[in-house]
Amino acid sequence: MDWINAAVQGILLGGLYALFATGLALVFGTMRLVNLAHGDLTVLPAYVALMLVNAFRFNPFYSIPITMVVMFVVGYLLQRGLLNLIVGKGDVAGVIVTFGLSIVIQNALLLAFTANSQGLDAGTVENLSIKVNDRLAIGWLPLIIFLMSLVVITGLQMFLSRTKMGRGFRAISDDTDAARLMGINTKHVWAIAMGVALGIVAIGGVMMGIRTTFDPLLGTQRLIYAFEAVIIGGMGSGWGTLLGGVILGLSQTLGAQAFGSAWSILVGHVVFVAILAFRPQGLLAKTVTT
Amino acid sequence: MSLLEIDNASVFYEDFQALYDLSLKVEEGEIFACIGANGAGKSTLLRTISGVLVPRMGRILFDGQSIDHMPPHKRVELGISMVPEGRRVFPSLSVHENLQIGAWRSRKGPWSTDAVYDMFPLLQPLRKRQASGLSGGEQQALAIGRSLMSNPRLILMDEVSLGLAPVVIKRIYDAFPKLLSSGCTILVVEQDVQHVLTVANHVACFLEGRIALEGEPKDLTTDQITAAYFGV
Repeated sequence: MDWINAAVQGILLGGLYALFATGLALVFGTMRLVNLAHGDLTVLPAYVALMLVNAFRFNPFYSIPITMVVMFVVGYLLQRGLLNLIVGKGDVAGVIVTFGLSIVIQNALLLAFTANSQGLDAGTVENLSIKVNDRLAIGWLPLIIFLMSLVVITGLQMFLSRTKMGRGFRAISDDTDAARLMGINTKHVWAIAMGVALGIVAIGGVMMGIRTTFDPLLGTQRLIYAFEAVIIGGMGSGWGTLLGGVILGLSQTLGAQAFGSAWSILVGHVVFVAILAFRPQGLLAKTVTT
Repeated sequence: MSLLEIDNASVFYEDFQALYDLSLKVEEGEIFACIGANGAGKSTLLRTISGVLVPRMGRILFDGQSIDHMPPHKRVELGISMVPEGRRVFPSLSVHENLQIGAWRSRKGPWSTDAVYDMFPLLQPLRKRQASGLSGGEQQALAIGRSLMSNPRLILMDEVSLGLAPVVIKRIYDAFPKLLSSGCTILVVEQDVQHVLTVANHVACFLEGRIALEGEPKDLTTDQITAAYFGV
C-alpha cells in the first residue's frame, strides 16, 4: 500500500512539473531559445502572489488570475525589450543572456524579499484529503494542481491547433523566414508566446507556493526538472510533456519509497539520463521532416 | 506611375555586392520576368523587394511610396507577396492551415481558400493533409495559393518551375491569366527561359548583378538573349 501511495503522490507531483515544463517547451518550440531563466521565472509569480495576498488579504487562489496577467505582461515586455535581440543569433547568445537574466532575477528577489523561505497560506484546503483507506490518502491540493495541469495542457493544445495565433506559433516554429514573408510580425508573436508561457508558469508557480515554501534561489532546481520533463516526453507534444512530468514525479517518489527520501531527487535524474540514453528524441516526440 | 520602381539599388551580403546600381520599373497588370544564370542577382532582387534584404544605396518605391526600410510584414500589408524559392510551405501545418497563414494580414480582395481550391483543384482533396507529405508540384501550387491569400497587388515568384515536371510547370503557368484578372501584377524569376518568355510582357536578363538586356520578348532575338544570359 505504501508503494501505491508513493505512486499516486508521484503522478500528482508530475502534473506540477508538467506545468513548468510546458512553458519551457513552448518557448523553445516557437523561437528555439533555451531559456535558462525559466526556473526563476517560475519562482517570480509566487512572489507576485505573495505581494497581492499581503496587499489584499485574500486567499492565494484568487491571486492566480491576476498573477497570470502580470506574468503575461512581464513575458511580453521581456521578449520585446531583451530576448528578441538574441533570437536566431545562435545558441550561445541565448544561453549567456538568459543565464545573466537568471542571476538578475535571483538577486532582485533576494534584495526585495530576503533569503527567508516564504509560503502562501490557502487555509484548510492544504490539509484536506480524500481518505481511500488507512494507509492511502490523496491530498486535495495535489489533486487540484494535477487537474489544473490537465486543463492547462488541454487548453494550450486547443489554442495551438484551433486559433489563428496558435497557427502562427506553429508556422514560425516550422519556418521563421517564410512566416515573416507571409506577413507575420515575428517579434510580436514571439512576445505573445513568451507571455503565454509565463502565464502558464504562473499557475504552477503560485500552486507550488501554496503547496510548499519557496525562496529566491529555488529556480535552478525547477529549471532542471522542467528540462527533464520536456526531454523525457519529447519536443512538440503537449501530452508528452505531461507524461515526462509524471515519469519524473514517479521516479522521485518511488525512488524515495525504495531507497529512502534522500535518494528521491537522484533517482529522478538517473531515470532521466537512462531515457536520454536509450530514447534521446523523447517518448512521444513529434517530428516533421520536409 | 509604376507599381514598383527600383532606383539605383545596390545590395550587399556583408562585403559581397550582389546588385549594382540596379534600376527597373514594373507596371501594374503586367508579367515581368527576370531571367539569368545562377548567381546573377535575380533572387537577391526579390529578397530586396520583399524586405528580407535592405539596399545599402538606392530607393524602392511601391505605388509611389518609399519602402526601403519597411519590415517584410508591413510590405505584405501594402500588397507585396512572395512565393519563396524552394516553396517553403509550413511542413507541420495542413494544406488548409498553410492557406490560412497566407491570410495573416489579408487585404480586401477576391482571394479566399475556396478561390484557391477553385484555381488548383488538386489541393481540394488534400486540405487536411500535412504539407510535408505533398509532392513538389502540390507544394508549389500550395505556395502560390498561400501567397495569393493576402490579396497581393504584386506577387513575387522565385524559381517556381525549379525541379518540377513539365506538365506541372505548364499547369502553374496556365494559372497566370487568372492571377492577372484578379488584379495581380506578377514579377517572376526564372532560370528556365523557355516557358516564361511565352507569357511575359517584359523581360530583364540579369548578368553579374546588373541588367544586361531588357525589353519586350517579341522585340528580342534568341541570340540577343543567349548573349545576355551567358555574358558572351
